[in-house]
Amino acid sequence: MTTTAPVKPQNVTRSNRKWIIGYSIAGAILYVVYQFLLNWEGLPIGIYDAIYRWMPPAAVNESLVYVIMALGLNIVVGYAGLLDLGYVAFWAIGGYCAGWFMSEFFYFLKIHFFGSVPAEAPGIHINFWLVLIIGGFVCALFGVLIGAPTLRLKSDYLALVTLGFGEIIPQVFFNGENFFGFNISNGTKGIVQVDPIPVGVKNLGPFDFGWKLLIFLFLTAVMVFISLRLRRGRLGRAWLAIREDELAASMMGVPLMRTKLLSYAVGAFAGGLGGVAFATHVNGVYAERFNFAISIFLLAMVVLGGMGNVWGVILGAFVLSWVNGNGLSAFGAFYNDRFGTDVDFASFTFLLFGLVLILMMLFRREGLLPESRLKLVLHEGDIDEEDASRKKAK
Amino acid sequence: MSAMLEVKNIEVAYGKIVAVKDVSLTVNQGEIVTLVGSNGAGKSTTLRTISGLLKPRKGEITFKGERIDGKPGHTIVGAGICQSPEGRRIFPRMSVRENLELGAFLRDDKAGVAADMERVLDLFPRLRERIEQRAGTMSGGEQQMLAVSRALMGSPSLLLLDEPSMGLAPVLVEMIFDTIVKIRQQGTTILLIEQNAMAALEVADRAYVMESGEVKMSGKASDLKKDEAITKAYLGGH
Repeated sequence: MTTTAPVKPQNVTRSNRKWIIGYSIAGAILYVVYQFLLNWEGLPIGIYDAIYRWMPPAAVNESLVYVIMALGLNIVVGYAGLLDLGYVAFWAIGGYCAGWFMSEFFYFLKIHFFGSVPAEAPGIHINFWLVLIIGGFVCALFGVLIGAPTLRLKSDYLALVTLGFGEIIPQVFFNGENFFGFNISNGTKGIVQVDPIPVGVKNLGPFDFGWKLLIFLFLTAVMVFISLRLRRGRLGRAWLAIREDELAASMMGVPLMRTKLLSYAVGAFAGGLGGVAFATHVNGVYAERFNFAISIFLLAMVVLGGMGNVWGVILGAFVLSWVNGNGLSAFGAFYNDRFGTDVDFASFTFLLFGLVLILMMLFRREGLLPESRLKLVLHEGDIDEEDASRKKAK
Repeated sequence: MSAMLEVKNIEVAYGKIVAVKDVSLTVNQGEIVTLVGSNGAGKSTTLRTISGLLKPRKGEITFKGERIDGKPGHTIVGAGICQSPEGRRIFPRMSVRENLELGAFLRDDKAGVAADMERVLDLFPRLRERIEQRAGTMSGGEQQMLAVSRALMGSPSLLLLDEPSMGLAPVLVEMIFDTIVKIRQQGTTILLIEQNAMAALEVADRAYVMESGEVKMSGKASDLKKDEAITKAYLGGH
């Protein structure tokens, strides 16, 4: 046969920045609605009420915190194919980084570094943006420390060990009032009041939702950018190869340990960002928030949305955190109002989640917005049939 | 001729079971050397030890004068030993092109990689036709071509081929072996592991015959092929 398909190098720089435009528009709309529309005097009271009932500013911000972390978990689970059931550990560490470095918790110290509180305040007060980076890197370090001994394990065993770490670390904080003689977390009382976020023109208190929305949107964009960039690069290909066939990947020269550890580190970094962001969102760090259910919740976001696809993961995180936080109770109130019933919808959350998971596994295992390659994995049978019929047609 | 790869008295064990004992072999620059023997003779274990997946309990392996035994797999690939593994192990859900690109994972010279891509696609024109196809949907023969090509993309000075004829139709086996000769002509040294001893001895310069974890015989491939005892015992007496 003489038909030779042209072998031109794939255009790697093909416009991959298009998303920034769409993302900016969506973000701008959100910002306008929550910063200006809600504060506009001419807004009909009905619309105002509806927004507050169905999607209050705090819920949007909280959803974005989940999006940031789900994007991090997606790098570990979706890209590298390593099941991590203890991701909440990184959230906790990130949160306590904010607690340690942005509050009066260490009252016996007096360290200020571009902080947002008066210079005479006791405690460590480091600038929010710096604490974000510190939290990210501390988490990345812990990711490597946890990963180094565990990543040699294969799939199920790895999941079990991560599950263990996800329990241990929050427990350490939970009982951290006396950690070998030191108080590292204030235990169940938590660390209340973290410093406001300085943005130049003002310091953001707990109720400056509009500003924080912008900041969280920015952090999400950073995570999307990192995810997409890494995916296309050498590291992304190495992760993909490991997800496909670890042994073959090592035969191609992919250093397994280093590559897996990097996925853990990058994923954990996002957990750190999420932790710091959440601490400023709720204006404190509370040990009981960091429980096992969060790990599963985040994993469900990744799976529901579509493993490996950042847009799917964002959608999944948004939908699930909305349903969990506000959506279901708002729907319940609406329903009860309408039909004069008295059903406590919020108490059916887990029933609903269970039902959704079963339905998803039955009809759409690849998630809402799947990554094309993963779709192939989960529909291998169908594809083989397709190929067979195509061959017959030849 | 200088020895490129030298395996000296290695012993490899899986737990308590010794799979390879006291095996020594040499591969010289520019040669095709084959390691033949029946199922379970220890051929693949030997190969896996060379490529760094297993560590020898005793003995040593040197490549271009440097000890490589016990080093991690990616270091050995970097040193210039690439392999086409048993069972092919291509990445089924990646395209042919992506598979080939992964073969060149450790290389930074873009021009060289592009040139090698052309080279392997010239060796196996069939792959050029399927360049954007998902590797898992190709036939066994095509997948084998891909596995060999992918190893070549690492620009190896020594190519390890583990059972390249396994499960292929005779026509394809012939085609693969013809290509092996071509690859050598292009300057790559080859260590070939085969159960199909007749075909392997046909293309090889020298051969080692393994049985129950030991090298039972070695010599020129042409001599071994004529040896009646060997033909009967190991080669199925064709």
